[in-house]
Formats: sequence, C-alpha cells, structure tokens
Amino acid sequence: MDFDIPRIPLGDWIESGLNFLTSEFSGVTRAISRTTQSGISLLNDGLMWMPIWALMGLVILLCWRLSGRRLAVGALLGLGLIWNLGLWNPMIQTLTLVVIATLVAITIALPLGILAAVSDRFYRVIMPILDFMQTMPAFVYLIPAIPFFGIGSVSGIFATVIFSMPPAIRFTTLGIRQVPKELVEAADAFGSTRGQKLVKVQLPLSLPTVMGGINQTIMLALSMVVIAAMIGANGLGSEVWRAIQRLRPGEGFEAGIAVVIMAMLLDRLTQTLTGRKKKS
Amino acid sequence: MQNDPQIKIQVRNLSKVFGDDPKKALKLRDEGLKRPEILEKTGQTIGLSNIDFDVRDGELLVIMGLSGSGKSTLIRCLNRLIEPTEGQIIIGGEDIPRLSEKALLQCRRRHFSMVFQNFALFPHRTVQMNAEYGLEIRGIPKEEREAKASHALKQVGLEGWEHAYPTQLSGGMQQRVGLARALANDASVLLMDEAFSALDPLIRRDMQQELIELQHRTKKTTIFITHDLDEAINIGDRIILLRDGEIVQIGTPEEILTHPADDYVARFIQGVDKSRVVSAQRTMRPVRATAREDDGPRTVLRKMVENGLDSIYVVDRERRLLGIVTVDEIDAAAKAGDERIDALISKDFPSVVPDEPLASLYKMFTGSSYPIAVVDEESRLMGVVVKGAVLEQLAEAEAE
Repeated sequence: MDFDIPRIPLGDWIESGLNFLTSEFSGVTRAISRTTQSGISLLNDGLMWMPIWALMGLVILLCWRLSGRRLAVGALLGLGLIWNLGLWNPMIQTLTLVVIATLVAITIALPLGILAAVSDRFYRVIMPILDFMQTMPAFVYLIPAIPFFGIGSVSGIFATVIFSMPPAIRFTTLGIRQVPKELVEAADAFGSTRGQKLVKVQLPLSLPTVMGGINQTIMLALSMVVIAAMIGANGLGSEVWRAIQRLRPGEGFEAGIAVVIMAMLLDRLTQTLTGRKKKS
Repeated sequence: MQNDPQIKIQVRNLSKVFGDDPKKALKLRDEGLKRPEILEKTGQTIGLSNIDFDVRDGELLVIMGLSGSGKSTLIRCLNRLIEPTEGQIIIGGEDIPRLSEKALLQCRRRHFSMVFQNFALFPHRTVQMNAEYGLEIRGIPKEEREAKASHALKQVGLEGWEHAYPTQLSGGMQQRVGLARALANDASVLLMDEAFSALDPLIRRDMQQELIELQHRTKKTTIFITHDLDEAINIGDRIILLRDGEIVQIGTPEEILTHPADDYVARFIQGVDKSRVVSAQRTMRPVRATAREDDGPRTVLRKMVENGLDSIYVVDRERRLLGIVTVDEIDAAAKAGDERIDALISKDFPSVVPDEPLASLYKMFTGSSYPIAVVDEESRLMGVVVKGAVLEQLAEAEAE
C-alpha cells in the first residue's frame, strides 16, 4: 500500500510567487517603505515632542468631551499608570503604528467596501478573499512582510493593514446594503445618478455601521502591532517580546496591561463617535 | 408620435414578466393561457399584460386594484423603476422604455416625481432638505431650491417645520413632507403610490381632500395608486381598474358605479354605499339665524320672520347650543307681553356630531321636523342639516 503520490509543492509556488513580486516590484516596495517610514517618524516625533502632561491632558479632555467624566477619570488613571511604569515612549510608538496602519487600512477598505456594495460580482470575488485574510493565522503575514519591506516597523504596518482591513470592508458593504430599499428607490425615482445616490443617501445612512467597522479595525490593528514586534516593530509589543525572551513575567504583564489600557481608551472613544453619529 | 396636446402620457401594449425567459411567457399568453397556467409551466409571473391607456394633461387618474393586481408594477414601469418587458410609454415625444440610461435620468428629473406608501423620507435630512432633494440633484442653485422647497412646504401646510427631522413628525405630516418633496421638484407628472394607505382613516380623508384641492389649483397631472375603491371614487377624475395585471375598466367614477364593465367590477362596487361615505358635515349648511338666551320674544320673532324660519336654535354667548323654540310659542309669548324666552326653550331636538354618516341622518327626520343640529365636542352649533339636503344626497348616491 505505498501510493507514491508526489507532495504538491504549494509552499514552493507561493515562495516563488513572493520572490517574483519582491524582485520585480522592489522599486515600488522601497518607495512605500520610505514613505511609510517617514510618516511613522513624523507622527512619532510629533507625539514625542509634546510634553507628556500636555498629551495626557489632551486625551483626557477628549474623553471628557466625547464621552463623559467616567472615561476621563479612567484615562487619567490608565495613562498615569503607563507613565509611572516608564512605558510612555513605547506606548507612543505603538499608538503611531496603530494610527498609521488604521489610516492606510481605511483608505483601502472604504472604496473596496463601497464597490462590493454596489457590484454583486465584486462582492462575490472579495468575500472569500476576506474570509481567507481573516482566518489565516496573523503570524503568517509577518513572513512575506520581511522580504518586501525588511525588518522593522514598516513590515509591521504592512502585516497590520492586511490583518485589520477586512472588518472595515465588510461593515462598509453591510452598511450600504442595509439602507432601506424604499429610500434607494426614492433616490432613483427623482433621477439621482449613482454617485449622487451614494453620497447623498447610501453613505450617510450607512455611517453608523461603517464607524462600527472602523472601530473593529482599530482594535485588530492594536492587537497586530503588538504581535508585529516579532519582526522588529517598536512599541509595547517589543517590550513584551523582550520579556518573553528573558523570561520576565512581571515586565511582560506590565507592557500587556499598558496595551489593555490603550485598547479600552481607543475602543470607548471610537464607540462614542459611532453612537453620536447614530443619534443625529 | 403624439399629436393630441390633451394627452400627457400614452401607454401602449405594456407588459411585464417577472422571470428569466419573458419571451416564452408572453408567447404562451398570446396563445391564450392565463396567469396561473403560465406560472405553472414556466415558473414566471405575468405582472402586467397588454396595458393600454392615456393619461390626460391635468387630470387626476386613479389606478385601482387589489394587492397583486399589478398596480405598483404599473406605476413603476412608467418611470422605469421596474423595467417593462415590452410596450411603449410615450411622454413628451420620448418612448421611455427605449431611453438610454442617461436620457432616463433626465426624463425622471423632468417628468416624474413620486410619493411613496411608506413615505421613504431621508431620515438624515431635515424636512427642508428632504423637500430640496429633487432640485439638489438637478444642480439647481441653493437660493432657488430653498425658495421652491419652502413654497412646496407651505402648500402642504408645513410652515415652521423646516428644521425638524422626519422621525419627529406624525405619519400624516411625514406624508406631507413626501408630497412637498414631490411638488418642489416641479416635474410634469406626480406619481402617488398608495400615498395615503399608511395613514389612519381620519387623516387620510383630510389628505384626500387637500390633494383634490391642490390638484384642482395646480392642474398637475397626477397618477394615484390605491387599493381602496372609496378613495378612488373620492379623488379620481378617472379610474382605471386593474385585475391580475390587466385593465378591467377605465372610466369616471360615475361610469364605473353605474355601468360596471363586468361582474368583477360590479361585486367590487357593491361595497360602496354613498350614504355611509357622506357625513353630516358635508351635508350641513350654515345656520341662517340663532336666538340668544337673553333675547326677548319680539327680537326672536323678528329674526324668524326675516329668515322665514318655523323654529330657531337658541345658543349662549359661546355659541353653545341650549335648545330650540318654535314660532307658535314665540308668537304667543310676544302677544302675552313676556320679556324672556327661557321657559319656552325645548331640549327635545335632534343633534349629531360632524362625522355622523348620512344613512343614520335620514332616520332622524321620521320623528321630528326640526332641522338636525350639528354640534362639535363642546356642543357649539356648527350648522344644521335639513331634510331636503339629505334626500338630495341620498338621491345622488342612488343615481351613481
């Protein structure tokens, strides 16, 4: 019983595909890398340049205005703890990566989501791809990132964008498709063009759902930039990574708690934005 | 293509098949098969079959049918929210089914504005912005569209609500916004898809009345869809009766009531009893004269003689109805030299609320010969109904 079925060289194919992409598009990847790197430096330096108390005050004020006193107190305590543990700078680095990765992800996701909402064919093509993107273990994205962009934060952002983009696409599509049929019909009846229908009716009405998707994207981005420390992304993730390598559970947990605090603040802040849009 | 200036829209041979092989379904229909058989054989539904009619300029045309009769499909074929399978729809020299995508947009903007059953207002826009929608997408300058929208809102009685959001309004008011949105657009035809069906009956009656007045004033060609024959008769200049996707009868309300085209129509109109539709309010006339409780007999007698009345209603200063006095009693009191009429006021008089149907009014005349007093909730006298007017209305109902 020895069937000698040759092993399908799936991995080899993927590798040669990636090699092809790396060598043929090195100009492109290098350009992306440079732009992203300068974006990261600019934002990071900007946030670092601000005195800690000013930035903290700004965040607390934002929490207070957008949500209420409870979140403001939470922000004060949480950020105070991070500062006290000496994790302020790594936190800023992580925040920078999250912000840039989210911006890039949203910039790509919104048009794709809109396209998937208006075109059934595109919807059928993109949905399996999104399933693939979301179920593939997140670490795997880290590997091809390195030949494309080298070790460092840019690779981290690349992997993060891929990992965090799907919910923004899905929610945008869902939001637009959920707009009541009668309203779309009314827009049609008055002779709206596709673009007018989208801008004046479908997008405004799908906004709460789209914002929900963006919230998800931010959360996923945060979890991924921490993992991306494995390929040299800076920030709280590299603190955790160092703690693992040196077997220092205490330090690992300190950085982990800082991540949790960031996650809660980002989540609550973006959620209040969503809620506010819903009311008006 | 169309020479008669009286004709606004010509619909010829319009059919609509829901399904993936419409040609086959139409072929079977031409062989004489009916809807259920075609559905069984091909799995396709004939939504509309060989529809022919004209819409006259400035008329209020009602398309009436029960659910599934194809009336919603028909109105949506006119502006191609649903693509017709075959046939012509000619408006202003253009054949709508043959228009390109781009020309269709222009045609919709120029010719059609629509009012929907469930209002379909944009919840993220204020009343004003809703009313401006049609003008906005046509690129009308801001000032002009604001003026037009405000005018339309005024026409439907929504002044002062411009900055409210649709969810803050009642159903009746929301549909007024829907109507204003359609009117502001100033398209040449107004399509109303079961526009009042979602409203409660009293508001619905008011809206019908307002639509009739508005339509007579503006002479806007209007196509109104309804499943309610009373509504159709109440507002329509002409009615098209639709059944199973085919036209059963076209005619004025009178023609349909007096000469139903077939048994189906006849059964349909049996339900309409005009003596139930018409209310006391419609039959009543203003009171020519009333007596005041503190009038003397001679004053009252004079009022009665001047107006030729046998009896007169007595009201207080707030026009609340107190009772009735007759000419004989007043005459006697005047001769006897009495100063007051209090003692003569009789409480035994017929009175009804404005919504009382005509049918029950007639019975009230058998016991008394006084005109029936119509009073509001505060028992203020609004008017009277005399026997002649009731008979006249009933006779009219009979004739129809």
